[in-house]
Amino acid sequence: MKNKKLSKAMLSSLTLVAGITLVGCGGDEAKPAQAAFVEINKNPFPSTYQALASVPTLITNVNLLDGIGGFVENTAVLLENGKIKAIGNDIAATAANVKVIDGNGKWLTPGIIDVHSHLGVYATPDTGSHADGNEMTKPVTAAVWAEHSLWPQDPGFRRALAGGVTTMQILPGSGNLIGGRGVTVKNLPNRVMQDMKFPGAPYGLKMACGENPKRVYGEKGGPMTRMGNVAGYRQAWADAQNYQASWDKYKIDYDAGKDAKAPKRDLNLETLTGVLAGEILVHMHCYRADDMGTMIDVMKEFNYQIASFQHAVEAYKIADKLAENNICSAMWADWWGFKMEAYDGIRENIPMVANAKACAIVHSDSDQGIQRLNQEAAKALSDGQRAGINISKAEAWSWLSANAAKSLGIFDETGSLEVGKNADVVLWSADPFSTYSQAELVFIDGGLAFDRNKPETWAISDYELGQVGEGDHK
Amino acid sequence: MSKLTLTAMAAISTLAFSGISQAEKIAIVGGKVHTMTAQGTIDNATVLIADGRITNIIKSAKSPDSSFRVIDAKGKVVTPGLIGAYTSLGLVEVPSWVGTVDSSSEKSNLSAALDASLAISPDTTLRNITRIEGFTSAATSLNYTDNMYKGQGAMITLGDDQLPVFKPHAFMTVDLSRSGADTVGGTRAALWVNFEQALNDAIYAAKIKFNPQTEWHGLLNKTDTKALVPVVKGEMPLLVIVNRAPDIRRVIQMKADFNQLNITLVGASQAWRVADELAAAKIAVILNPESNLSYSFDENGATLANAERLHKAGVTVAIGMNTHNIRLASQHAGNAVANGLPWQAGLASLTTAPAKIYGIDDQYGSLKVGMVADVVVWSGDPLEVMQAPTNVIINGKEVPLESRQTKLRDRYLSLDKEKPQQYVRP
Repeated sequence: MKNKKLSKAMLSSLTLVAGITLVGCGGDEAKPAQAAFVEINKNPFPSTYQALASVPTLITNVNLLDGIGGFVENTAVLLENGKIKAIGNDIAATAANVKVIDGNGKWLTPGIIDVHSHLGVYATPDTGSHADGNEMTKPVTAAVWAEHSLWPQDPGFRRALAGGVTTMQILPGSGNLIGGRGVTVKNLPNRVMQDMKFPGAPYGLKMACGENPKRVYGEKGGPMTRMGNVAGYRQAWADAQNYQASWDKYKIDYDAGKDAKAPKRDLNLETLTGVLAGEILVHMHCYRADDMGTMIDVMKEFNYQIASFQHAVEAYKIADKLAENNICSAMWADWWGFKMEAYDGIRENIPMVANAKACAIVHSDSDQGIQRLNQEAAKALSDGQRAGINISKAEAWSWLSANAAKSLGIFDETGSLEVGKNADVVLWSADPFSTYSQAELVFIDGGLAFDRNKPETWAISDYELGQVGEGDHK
Repeated sequence: MSKLTLTAMAAISTLAFSGISQAEKIAIVGGKVHTMTAQGTIDNATVLIADGRITNIIKSAKSPDSSFRVIDAKGKVVTPGLIGAYTSLGLVEVPSWVGTVDSSSEKSNLSAALDASLAISPDTTLRNITRIEGFTSAATSLNYTDNMYKGQGAMITLGDDQLPVFKPHAFMTVDLSRSGADTVGGTRAALWVNFEQALNDAIYAAKIKFNPQTEWHGLLNKTDTKALVPVVKGEMPLLVIVNRAPDIRRVIQMKADFNQLNITLVGASQAWRVADELAAAKIAVILNPESNLSYSFDENGATLANAERLHKAGVTVAIGMNTHNIRLASQHAGNAVANGLPWQAGLASLTTAPAKIYGIDDQYGSLKVGMVADVVVWSGDPLEVMQAPTNVIINGKEVPLESRQTKLRDRYLSLDKEKPQQYVRP
């Protein structure tokens, strides 16, 4: 999927050129000079992420789930310079200062990646002042970016860390047809949001099917029906095509030496053309099978790719179609019934999607659920097994890591325990498919971000300083 | 209709529908039986069921005679049926945007007198969806009103009974948290005055036989005030929704002032800060042990250790606050155990603790002779996320492990593309 996107990107006039705003013009002195070529800076809020300081770390005698379907008992893993350096019992610890951790009886996995979080944009305390996740002022707000709402002091980040979450996508809410850009972050909040941004990760675009937009806008000028919703998406994409054509024409004219004038920037359409160019990945909140079926055709009509359906409560009804169209489903294990489009939720949704060879992801959409995503995978796995679906724990962990990373376009860097990948790993006290298992050590890029047994080292958000329970076990 | 009449009707209905009419005799043989009584846990035991009741618990694996149908529980775990501690089961199918939802009330002329037992439907799909996960009964009441009272809740069975209420008017719920304060002007300075005045009025009203001509200038209307009479007499448990420690201390003081009150806290994020005082005041707590974020200032310091700290101080802890997913309370209890609660207390939080809170522990929540036969056989540890019931017996009758959800699953488990899916009968 990623390669396809890159080639699409190269065909586009809006290629990803970070930081360059001016391109020199030719030196033919006889002609009137062209104005400087206008090129859009695609990355105006660059990541300032810095990994924690780390020491080479060798974890021995450990049970390893690699996140791509593999399981090895009693092996060793070496983390060095922020990467997974080596795997296997024959590792020769080269560096002198290697810290050795006995993983006897414990399990090592890739860090959990949650593709659907609102931490920081719907932060706790859950006040109106912190409700920064849904720009419900008009149905299409592709111009807004979740990162501009992201409060790094949300205590929820630290709770998620204790649940083994190393990376997450922070999304806008689902009140709008097109809600805005999501951002992928490392779970290491610091002073400003740029400090968390996952370097090089593509942006996501949050879109929403079904009940929410029509409920929000039904009495605010529409859409008030599902058909109104679809007209809204299609008009937005048609406008984006038109906008892209205007920029293409500008470039052609400019390259031909004409005194071309750059089109007026439109931040909504800039995001949407980024999707059409394959640079921004669509993550679409959709519950019902028929809604997803409709969106698959909208996707084909406008020639873009939906990276994932979010929630996808009825994905099990169309798992074959999701597989054919290369669309991931990011799902809960067992949430259901809180509204009509969630009424047909079943506990076997995730394993049934996986069984159809479609891309299955376990997501949270919850500041509590994100703390126990391993248990969500465990429930789904056991429900699938009881229904006769033959899936292993090793495969099930891909729902938490590899598949999530693929849907976010970061699988080259993280999402599996393979040599060369970022050292985003979790050491669990026991089999993480057990209720009683807990993340003991959480490494992000090889740095130890959480050590359950050393409370004095735990991160505490600014909000919690000087409050009841500061530094407590939470 | 008087409370007594309703109670009598409910008792009759329980007998008629769940006992005698389904007189299967069942022997659950060879399981690891957690009795939740002084008998403790018995390996390789046999539980006998007849006429809707538990008739014997034998400390060996044998079935006494061929009149008993045998459920082989070898290698399995047997527990009392789990009790949903705080739900709106039977009052709501889908809560959002569907018209009438009996679990919520706005602009009603009633508050404390709201009576959940009159609104409960056994036809809800939530019944089977919940019971196949090991929950066999539940406390149910409204979960949203625009005043500080949620009205009177009821105890229901999740068996096949057409009259599922086995104890109407089982408890009263009042919201003395922030959200309660918001209904009386947005300050606790009004909240407590309102509630204590209503209690004083109820004490006075207990001596009056109201008729339509009775002159009454109490804070609440006659009907609502009458509904509080059994509360002030201590005959009806009072559930108090509350989170922050100063408010919990206020509740403890209230119990000293109105010493008949039988109080249980609901939510209670900061209860761990008042654990010893709660234990001394014999106030139980229903909580969500996974709630560890400050949704408001009142919940600063919310911790995964809440259940463990309360239990350690001697407070009775029940776990399970949800409706559509009350079935996940066993996972919640497991997480409380992962964070320090002893395992037995974890199982008790789903069985004996709610039974005790609602005053039904002589009939429900443990396995001993004479108790209602709500029994679950599990593939393993019920608090483990990968284990599940293999047999669920409610009122002495084994129920099939089927629900609307399992039917949806079975319809789509293997796609038959030759015909529209609606022609596929699961």
